[in-house]
Amino acid sequence: MCKIKLLINTVSGFYLLLLAGTVQAVLNIEITQGVEGALPVSIVPFAWEVPPQNPQMPASLAAPKTAPVDMAAIISADLARTGRFDPLPPKDMLARPNADSQINFSNWRIFQSENLVVGTLQYMGADRYKIRFRLFDVFKGKQLEGFSLSASGNNLRRVAHQVSDIIYEKLTGERGAFTTSVAYVTAAGVGNARRYSLWIADADGYGPQSMMRSREPILSPSWSPDGTRIAYSSLEDNGHQIVFVQSIASGHRDKVSSHKGINGAPSWSPDGKSLAVTLSKDGNPEIYVIDLTSKKQRRLTRHWAIDTEPTWTPDGKTIIFTSDRGGRPQLYQVPSNGGKAKRLTFEGKYNAKASVSRDGKNVAMIHRVDGKYRVAVMDLKSGNLRVLTDGSLDESPSFAPNGGMIIYAASVGRRGILKAVSVDGNIHQRLTVPEGDVREPAWSPFPE
Amino acid sequence: MKLWTKTVLAMLPALMLLGCGTSGEVEEETDTGVSSSPSTSGQDSSATTSGVGSGDAASGESMGEQQQEDSFSGDPLDDPSSLLAKRVVYFDFDQSDIKSDFRAIIQAHAEYLANNSNMSVTLEGHADERGTREYNIALGERRANAVHRMLALQGASASQVRVVSYGEERPAALGHDEDSLALNRRVEFIYNR
Repeated sequence: MCKIKLLINTVSGFYLLLLAGTVQAVLNIEITQGVEGALPVSIVPFAWEVPPQNPQMPASLAAPKTAPVDMAAIISADLARTGRFDPLPPKDMLARPNADSQINFSNWRIFQSENLVVGTLQYMGADRYKIRFRLFDVFKGKQLEGFSLSASGNNLRRVAHQVSDIIYEKLTGERGAFTTSVAYVTAAGVGNARRYSLWIADADGYGPQSMMRSREPILSPSWSPDGTRIAYSSLEDNGHQIVFVQSIASGHRDKVSSHKGINGAPSWSPDGKSLAVTLSKDGNPEIYVIDLTSKKQRRLTRHWAIDTEPTWTPDGKTIIFTSDRGGRPQLYQVPSNGGKAKRLTFEGKYNAKASVSRDGKNVAMIHRVDGKYRVAVMDLKSGNLRVLTDGSLDESPSFAPNGGMIIYAASVGRRGILKAVSVDGNIHQRLTVPEGDVREPAWSPFPE
Repeated sequence: MKLWTKTVLAMLPALMLLGCGTSGEVEEETDTGVSSSPSTSGQDSSATTSGVGSGDAASGESMGEQQQEDSFSGDPLDDPSSLLAKRVVYFDFDQSDIKSDFRAIIQAHAEYLANNSNMSVTLEGHADERGTREYNIALGERRANAVHRMLALQGASASQVRVVSYGEERPAALGHDEDSLALNRRVEFIYNR
């Protein structure tokens, strides 16, 4: 009886669903190593301001009794997560000013807090909010930045991340990536109950949305440069690998490549018009470029070896890929309009799965050292390679769009988790889901 | 460590039963019906599950029971003493050369396919967990293709053999030790019947 049920269960091999607005499997992010001497900073809890209410107003339009989100807490967590800032806990604050006139800078100097952020969240009626904040240099007693932003209730977290971006850029000179997203794949359940899901969550792990669910493995999510679509490969057709492109907003997806053999490792071109993929339809895995409008394919490599894991350089002119044509997997680079491939990596016996930083200067990869598979980053100009992690089975590195962090998959015990490391190797984060394995992370581009 | 692996493999039927019990939760999912061929899908998935059991040469008894349940009496495929009962070919790390120990097994399957033109087999290529996922998909395919070539040389026709690769996605053994990794670098014969 159960055996029959098992068979029936496996009949519908594929599921696709969107869980709009549901919160589950939140990715929990913790700093496992930060910078020594992280910059002390104070983000004062924002004042919640409600204008005088008209008693006649229907209950649906009335202001919430308390602030719907804790702006300061989100901003503090964003800055702390970078490992470069050490926010003062609100319980330790000697005062909680919300306007510049209330600030006594000596209250903050005693904590060596170089920077101070104060702000207000004001209800404007009909689900509209006004967010005002100011950033101060405590020692100079001077305002560095001041902004007023408005948003609807469900965009308040996003605005908090925008505030984090503004503060981060002002204080570090680098663009923040707090409003970006991360795609990843989870696998949970044993045997016939095993399910794979493709998720998209905010970069702080909040609000994961399920893009696709399947009984078969899902691999290689790749964002379109405008962040509206995601390409991936899926083994859902009886183990036959297929490349899909899916709209993030609608959940609608198109089959882009389903030839005989491997259809895998999609990578979006920087102009958004084509995908580089691995196809083995001609007998062994080769790199192709598929024009997404005409669906025409162009073959880029021609070699009996394995050629796979293509990724574009940001100028769109070349593609870096993994090949074992030299006997062992190494990274090679080929012009995207065709030509001769040249070898990029020479250090070590295993270098695979490149991810290129948005400025085109660094290539992250999986590098084998002492039998361990770790994330390394190579300066493309000098060829210098640095190992950034100390794992044993690291996989799938993906650069944040600001080039500051690399997210990757790692293995702890028997569990797959995500980790992130700064390009200088100083800051380490660990990202976990409550149950199951998480793998195949892909950091989104900046929102347009 | 090997003992642990065996225990897990021996437990697989039990785990499958567990999965069966919790199947109720599946109802909330929406089936879009994109899956191409439902009947083949069911057949293949169950075949894969029992293939995992047969992945460990040491679990011969439970494998025998598995096969007994859906056996077709008289078919040499079901003879536990035949070379055809061996359905897994193992490989060295990052290699796809067929080791001499497995030639006789592949030859037996080739002869069986040559003599039974109505039979077909799926060769599932697999890799261990080391290295990157898409590279391992390619490696699994290369291994399955190596077995396919040998089958073809010895008389199986191309239409009887289908090649797929799961890379490192479907380990037969879950440990990280060399014994487990060795069990995962494999090609499985999954007969479609």
